Amino acid sequence: MFRWFHKLASTRNFYRLAEILAPWLAILCAILLGVGLFQGLFVAPTDYEQGESYRIIFVHVPSAWLSLFIYMTMAFCSLLVIVWKMKLADIVAEVSAPVGASFTFLALATGSLWGKPMWGTWWEWDARLTSELILLFIYIGYMALRASIDNPATRARASAILALVGVVNIPIIKFSVDWWNTLHQPASIMKFDKPSIHPTMLQPLLLCALGFTVFYFVVMLLNTRSLILERESKSSWVQERAAEGRL
Amino acid sequence: MHPKRKQKLILVGLMVGAVAVAAGFILTAFKSNIQLFFTPTEVAEGKVPEGAEFKVGGLVAANSVKRVGDGLTVEFALTDNGQTIPVRYTGILPDLFREGQGTVSVGKLDENGVFVADRVLAKHDENYMPPEVAEALNKTKAVQQAKTQPYGADTVQMQ
Amino acid sequence: MTEFLSMGGYAVYVWPSFALTALVTLANLYFALHRRKKVVARLQREASQSAT
Repeated sequence: MFRWFHKLASTRNFYRLAEILAPWLAILCAILLGVGLFQGLFVAPTDYEQGESYRIIFVHVPSAWLSLFIYMTMAFCSLLVIVWKMKLADIVAEVSAPVGASFTFLALATGSLWGKPMWGTWWEWDARLTSELILLFIYIGYMALRASIDNPATRARASAILALVGVVNIPIIKFSVDWWNTLHQPASIMKFDKPSIHPTMLQPLLLCALGFTVFYFVVMLLNTRSLILERESKSSWVQERAAEGRL
Repeated sequence: MHPKRKQKLILVGLMVGAVAVAAGFILTAFKSNIQLFFTPTEVAEGKVPEGAEFKVGGLVAANSVKRVGDGLTVEFALTDNGQTIPVRYTGILPDLFREGQGTVSVGKLDENGVFVADRVLAKHDENYMPPEVAEALNKTKAVQQAKTQPYGADTVQMQ
Repeated sequence: MTEFLSMGGYAVYVWPSFALTALVTLANLYFALHRRKKVVARLQREASQSAT
C-alpha cells in the first residue's frame, strides 16, 4: 500500500514529477484566474447592498482560503516529518511558509480595504480579524524558527512541532464568526446550508479560489525543486543531471 | 505500522489535543473579552462596564433614525429584537448604515441612559446577490410575513 | 469605461485590492523563478568545472 507513497516521497522522483506537472498546472492556473477575474470584474452583477465594493471578494476570499489551506498543508507535512521523518515533507513545508504568509497578509490587507467603506473602519479587534493576524504571526514565527536553527534534523523537528501546535488556531479562525459576536459576517460559502451568495457571483469566486490554489501549487512545486537541488547538490543524480545539462 | 511510529503518532495527537484543550480553556475564560460588543439586552441587564467606554451592537430599529440640531447629529434606536436602547452620534455614518441594518457603536452611556457614540460601524450580512434578486426576495418575504406574522421576527439575527 | 473604472465610487478601495493581489502573486512567482535560475546556474557552473 505504501509503495507509491515511498516512491513519491523520494526527492528524486518528486523532482521529476514536479517537472512534468508544473507547466500544466501553470496553464490551468492562468485559465482559471483569467476567466475568474474577468467574470468577477465584468460579468458578475452589482451587489444589492454593497454596490461595486463587494468585488474585493474575488481577491479577499481566495487569499483568506489560501492562508488556511497552505497552513493545513504545512501541518500535514509536519506530521509526515515527525512520524515518518520524511525529508520531502520538510522541504514542502519550508517553501510553503512564505507563500502562506504572503497570502495571509493579502487577506488582511484586502479585508482592511473592504472594511473601511463598508464597516467604517480599517481595523477592529474582533475575533475573526485578530485570529487571522495571529496566523500571520505564526507563519512569521515558523520562518524565524527555521532560520535560527542550523542543524537540519533539529530544524525539521522543531519547526514541525511549532506548525502542529499552531494548527489549533485554524478552527478558531474558521468558527470565530459563529462562536463570538464579531464585526465580520458569518460564512457565505463553506457552511452546511446552501451558499448565501448568488450563483452569478459564486461561479467567478470559486474559479478565483481554485485558480489561486493552483497558483500555490505551481509556486510550491517550483520552489520545492529549487530546494531539492540546493540540499542535494552533492548527490550523484543531481550531479549527473547537471553534467548532462538537464536540471 | 511500525510501533515506534505509532507511538510518535499518538504523541503528536496528544500534544495537539492538549494544546486544543488549553486553548479552549483560555478562550472560555476570556469569552466576554473576545466578544466584540454587548447586546442591548446585556446593557439593560447592567452587564456593561460603568462609566467606561464599550461597544454595543444590534439592529437599527425601523423608523427610528432622526437627524437633530446641526444635521450632523443623528439619533436612533438600537435593538436586538428584545431590548432597545437609544443612541446619539455626531459624525459621518458608514455607507451601509440604514434602518434594519446591523451596527456596532462605540461610546458611553450618559446619565439618562442614552448611549453617546463616538464611532458607529456598520455590520453587513453574509448574503450577496444582484439588486433584482433582492427585490424579488423582499416581495415574497413581505407576502409571507403578512400572512404568518405581524412583526417579521425573522429579520437579520444578531448573536 | 470611466464608469467601470470608478467602481461606483469605490475605486480607491477596489483597485488597490486588486493591485496588491497582483503584486503579491507576481512577487511569489518572481522569487520562485529567480531561485531556480540561481541554483541551476550554480550547479551547471560546478559541473563544467569538474569536467575540465
